Amino acid sequence: MKKYILPSLKMTLLLMLVCSLLYPLLIAGIGRLAPGGGDGQTVTVNGRVVGYALVGQKFDQDKYFWSRPSAAGFNAAGSSGSNKGPSNPDYLKDVQAHIDTFLAHNPGIGKQDIPAELVTYSGSGLDPDLSPEAAKIQVKRVARKRGLPEDSLYRLVDEQTSKPLLGFLGPSTVNVLKLNVALDKLNTDKMK
Amino acid sequence: MNTDLLGVIVTFAITVLLSYPLGRYIARVFKGEKTWLDFMAPLERLIFRLCGIDPKKGMNWKEFLKAMLTINLLWFVYGFFLLMHQDKLPLNPDGNPGQTPDLAFNSIVSFVTNTNLQDYSGESGATYLTQLLVFTFLQFTSAATGIACLIALFNGLREKTTNNLGNFWSIFVKSITRLLLPLSIVVSVILVFNGTPSSFKGKDTIITMQGDTVQVSRGPAAAMIAIKQLGTNGGGYFGANSAHPFENPTYLTNMVELISIVLISMALVFALGFYIRKKKFAYIIFGVMSLFFVLFCINNIYFESKGNPAIARLGIAQHTGSMEGKEVRFGAASTAYWSVITTSTSNGSVNGMHDSLMPLSGGIVILDMMINALYGGVGVGLLNYYIYIIIAVFIAGLMVGRTPEFMGHKVEAREVKIAALVTLLCAFLIKGGTALASYIFVHHPNADWAVKPSGWLNNPGFHGFSEMLYQYTSSTANNGSGFEGLADNNVFWNVTAGVVMILARFIPIIGPVAIGGLLANKKFIPESAGTLQTDSVTFGVMTIAVIVIITALSYFPPLALGPVAEYLNMR
Repeated sequence: MKKYILPSLKMTLLLMLVCSLLYPLLIAGIGRLAPGGGDGQTVTVNGRVVGYALVGQKFDQDKYFWSRPSAAGFNAAGSSGSNKGPSNPDYLKDVQAHIDTFLAHNPGIGKQDIPAELVTYSGSGLDPDLSPEAAKIQVKRVARKRGLPEDSLYRLVDEQTSKPLLGFLGPSTVNVLKLNVALDKLNTDKMK
Repeated sequence: MNTDLLGVIVTFAITVLLSYPLGRYIARVFKGEKTWLDFMAPLERLIFRLCGIDPKKGMNWKEFLKAMLTINLLWFVYGFFLLMHQDKLPLNPDGNPGQTPDLAFNSIVSFVTNTNLQDYSGESGATYLTQLLVFTFLQFTSAATGIACLIALFNGLREKTTNNLGNFWSIFVKSITRLLLPLSIVVSVILVFNGTPSSFKGKDTIITMQGDTVQVSRGPAAAMIAIKQLGTNGGGYFGANSAHPFENPTYLTNMVELISIVLISMALVFALGFYIRKKKFAYIIFGVMSLFFVLFCINNIYFESKGNPAIARLGIAQHTGSMEGKEVRFGAASTAYWSVITTSTSNGSVNGMHDSLMPLSGGIVILDMMINALYGGVGVGLLNYYIYIIIAVFIAGLMVGRTPEFMGHKVEAREVKIAALVTLLCAFLIKGGTALASYIFVHHPNADWAVKPSGWLNNPGFHGFSEMLYQYTSSTANNGSGFEGLADNNVFWNVTAGVVMILARFIPIIGPVAIGGLLANKKFIPESAGTLQTDSVTFGVMTIAVIVIITALSYFPPLALGPVAEYLNMR
């Protein structure tokens, strides 16, 4: 084995140069050309950064469209899911609590109409999206709270909906942060 | 047909279509024929010259394995020390601490063995330096190790009689320069332009619209994520792996990552056909693997799209399927498909949490890792499949009463013993490990350890048992995914899983390469009317039977105690 040690050592150092240094630096260089310069794309309102477009944040006030429940408490420096098994009784109590909270804040909505994603934890704890259905079911509440016509909010959700890739691959989604930024803008526009 | 299902079907179709030409390309590279990446040749020559290596010098199977083991041992030593002392080294903008000795042991074993179990969380347990110098580096080199050992086997199959399996260094370096690195650059550029960070700036602090102050982890992630998928490593940059919106931002990146996970493993099957000039043999192997794979996908997509019956009983309709632990932008079908592909290939990255899969989908991903040869990890998947072939050849020989032969060489007692040993070892590690952990959990729940055994599990009952079974299965398969509810960052789990990973990595590599070397050394017997046709559908069916029998006999009891019992209990 001895005769292989020196070549192993040299090869490790050389490949480290290629794989751990040149390669990531090349990608970081190319990344500067990407939106956000490779540092992550931010969303700004009136010049203030309010979040990263891709990273979900907590929305639990009635005047905003809510995000999905997060087992990580929306900690973007410690992503994680709940890792609860489907038959775990404590977990099912959690789900029940989410259902109860949702019903209490959204009177008039039937239980069977609540999309599952609004009462279950996302995988990363940072899911930035909702399905269009999960956004639309919150329109009544938001409209009432803000004194806006429901029609304009349904239209807003439609505008903010990203269609499936190429129109036929994968689900439609709504980015909650962008939706809520647009929502605030709708209010300010109305006041003008 | 809905768009979720279409997305999965299109992804699979693209993967197969890409892997065929890639297989032809791989065969050309290792045959030494002209390819369009020949401009890498000067770099390779420079590496060989600086290392004092003659890349043309052939090696027999023992020399080949010794070179492979030496360099792997070296990585183990330097990585262990780097991880323990990462807090004192540069490029640590987030001020993360050094790893404890047991965690550093587990982490380094995990990456040297291509497992990427990750008992640490990327945001807080590693620094930019160790992410690049240890983890990204080993994601290249452990993948290249697997490919090199497979090409050694190819070389043995190609010649009538030879003791030359090729030069380890040459194959190893070319696996990186001609295959892993170019593909990684393509994939990481796609990722970067879709929002994955490639940043060296450290955490950012923002104030959200509701006024919460939140820290956002970033880092040079794109480069690592590309090789994590292509090298069937699976170790993510962030804790939530490819469920994290930075690690996998859109449905497009999801498709690209899904393709990357299995692309090279699939291509190597086709490469076998081109390389040893027996294309039909490769197609039969591909057919057997795909048959299992597609059945597993149908099962998981069905159960995940149907939703959780316990949540249905709470009155929720679940039109989008079971969404616990899943992300809206991927949907249930694509997450189910990912769960199968990542466990087929020993990749182990996830885009949704496996702990929250429905009982029978969870059972299938565990079974998938127990077989560990449906396309499989880069290089090692086919090596594992080769073991099934040797056993199938042996049993077929017994059935017709002839000395078994494979590719013109007699398969005798020694080769069959090695194959049997490899199979038994994996069953022993999975069941022995789970039995040990279960015993301690039941009989010593309050042992005076930093994490008491009673605190290991995140879920009670059958599912808790599945968490422990999953951990040892994942370690044995060098997969690296987990039922992450398990509290695995403590001495017991770090050490036992670490030992399992080492044994289950190197013995199943040494075994097939040794068999390949031994067979290639034997006298060549020309085909006759009585020769077993290994490139026939009949032999394909025979291999299926061997896989089913070995797996069912070895693993039915633990699967019945975990996922199956949970399923029956919650219907």
